[in-house]
Amino acid sequence: MSGGIDSSVTAGLLKSEGYDLFGLMLRLWSPSPEIDNRCCSPADLALAQSVAAHLDIPLYTLDVKQYFKATVVDPFIDGYTKGQTPNPCLNCNRLIRWGFLLDRALAMGASHMATGHYSRVQEDEHGYKLLRAVDRSKDQSYVLSILNQKQLSHALFPLGNYTKDYVRQLAVAFELPVAYRGESQDLCFLGGMDYRAFLEQQHVELPPPGPIMNTEGDLLGQHQGLAGYTIGQRKGIRISSSDAYYVIQKVPSKNLLVIGTRDELGRSEFIVKDPNWISGKSPEKPFQAMVRIRYKSREVQSTLIPNRNKNLRVELHEPLPDITPGQAAVFYQDEQCLGGGIISL
Amino acid sequence: MPKEVAYFDYAATTPLDPDVLKAMLPFFSDSFGNPSSIHYAGQRAEAAVEQARSEVSTLLNANQYEITFTSGATESNNLVLRGLAHQRKAQTGATRLLTTAVEHISVLRTCRQLETQEGYIVELLPIDSEGQVDVKQLSEYLREDTALVSAVYANNEIGTINPIAKIGTLCRERGIPFHTDAAQAANHLDLDVDELNVDFMTLGAHKFYGPKGVGVLYHRKYDPIISGQTGGSQEFGTRAGTHNVPSIIGFSESLQIARSMMSDFTAQIIPLRDKIIDTVLSQIPEVRLSGHRHHRLPNHASFVFKNVDTNQLLAALDVAGFACSSGSACKTGNPEPSPILLSLGYTPDWALGALRVTLGRKSSKIEVDAFLLALPSILERLRSEHLS
Repeated sequence: MSGGIDSSVTAGLLKSEGYDLFGLMLRLWSPSPEIDNRCCSPADLALAQSVAAHLDIPLYTLDVKQYFKATVVDPFIDGYTKGQTPNPCLNCNRLIRWGFLLDRALAMGASHMATGHYSRVQEDEHGYKLLRAVDRSKDQSYVLSILNQKQLSHALFPLGNYTKDYVRQLAVAFELPVAYRGESQDLCFLGGMDYRAFLEQQHVELPPPGPIMNTEGDLLGQHQGLAGYTIGQRKGIRISSSDAYYVIQKVPSKNLLVIGTRDELGRSEFIVKDPNWISGKSPEKPFQAMVRIRYKSREVQSTLIPNRNKNLRVELHEPLPDITPGQAAVFYQDEQCLGGGIISL
Repeated sequence: MPKEVAYFDYAATTPLDPDVLKAMLPFFSDSFGNPSSIHYAGQRAEAAVEQARSEVSTLLNANQYEITFTSGATESNNLVLRGLAHQRKAQTGATRLLTTAVEHISVLRTCRQLETQEGYIVELLPIDSEGQVDVKQLSEYLREDTALVSAVYANNEIGTINPIAKIGTLCRERGIPFHTDAAQAANHLDLDVDELNVDFMTLGAHKFYGPKGVGVLYHRKYDPIISGQTGGSQEFGTRAGTHNVPSIIGFSESLQIARSMMSDFTAQIIPLRDKIIDTVLSQIPEVRLSGHRHHRLPNHASFVFKNVDTNQLLAALDVAGFACSSGSACKTGNPEPSPILLSLGYTPDWALGALRVTLGRKSSKIEVDAFLLALPSILERLRSEHLS
């Protein structure tokens, strides 16, 4: 529970269905004692407590600040220093929510853990499947692509069958004190800063300025440090040219930024190292699936080709302009999320 | 999750004795008068308050005028520390406050505020590894400019009982006023102010089956301490404010009941407490008893478990149906180890795993056995290598 609408309605639904419930809230890391983590400020705690009191369920708070810093924040920072654009929410779900938190919930005697994620679990004779949410616009199966069979066997996602609007109506129907809160999409631990300001605040030694070249190898100017650029980006490239240029590639080993014109953007192939397969079984032969290369990107058809060393080659059936190392590629077949892994070029 | 919860946190608070509630009720309705009023309604209320005062003073072997009713032990501690510190500084220039590292936080924080805001000097008496004041060293710490000494009677976190009478004797020899916070003492320990050699003593009713929000400060007939809460002239000028009549009656009633059942209750509770201590120490790996094994509150068992997070342990115990505490746990889940445990010499990997189990009038062998049955597996699960 976080005090937010989704987890609060989740608790309300389960309570109304007669489940024996207790709530758990996490205290996560923030950049300094004066800045709150967006997920667990004292105001959020008070809100979660009032929801719990309203639903007549106990609520306990677990501190996981140091572990969160080590497993979510530090790899995030590390990714930027290596020229990647990491998505920390995957590590948070894998290690914090479905690692630390699930382990403790089970140790406390729970049989399942429910979250406010928009997604669905389905059990059949082969095991557990992760399905998209019914409300495609809210589907969060992307961040749950890291789950394994054991975690899914303990998971409940009551909101996966509902639209966000209906969830809001439920919040009002349950008379939850959180019904009218706004929502933010920023990373929870940035404290309202953008990622560049955050990296500076953390005194991260970022890669220095370096050369900008086009795809022919012509030197066109200087970049301000690779951490400030993401693939497909157009703004902020300071070279004297009237043409529109886009970031094509970052080469950390040479501290090089490669830019190109619009039609040079677009890549049809990349590698995923050691992907997570939700079924627990690694595929042995090539097969087709839809792939999403970032949380909110559109999906394209692709052929997935497993290598002998557990890596996966992904061949897109149409090029995409913003395939970004450090982000996750997640694979779908119809309603089912198969799993995913970190993109590497 | 069981609906029945076994309550093991009597050191935090106790349920109101139904007989005490009965005694209090008339003063919410029929006898609701303000004791300061001239009319008969007020006189009746005043009589009840003075009767309560007289009863309390008898139980403490004190004089009526030496009892001030407050809003609780925290207020009593604030009243005596500030009032006495100010008075002594004004009279003799003394600015040294001598206390211990194992005080309740209302004593410690008040002393610290006097230090930072008003320039008093706070000194802490040495304590041994079981939290007892080292009386042998006390003399060295008693100086010309020592304004007061405050030492807790029995510590709420670790249960250790201090040698109050000995401390009091030494202070008296040197003419230094001695205060003890006796908030945890009323159910099981001696409260005779002459036996204890104390000049000031704090009590709070909700620790001995009385109502919350009322306490007493005993003050030996002394130059009056400078009052903290000013206004009307209630409580002989030591503490202004309209009397909380029902609660004051409740304080007296509950203290009387507690003192009358003390020896039987204590005799009954000690074996239960000892069973908890002996079983936990023998059955569970990497655990220590915090505080003194023998000079400890008869209803109090406290432990430190290595490599366990208190907040997780308490939550798991609560889910399993056992309401315990650590004596200093924070609801927000903050993993700071207790300063008291650290001052006893425990390293954080031990101090972060504190558990306090305190028994009361409703505690039964059945509850204790169920607790002892459940605890080992809960600890095992929380300490499991498979936990991330």
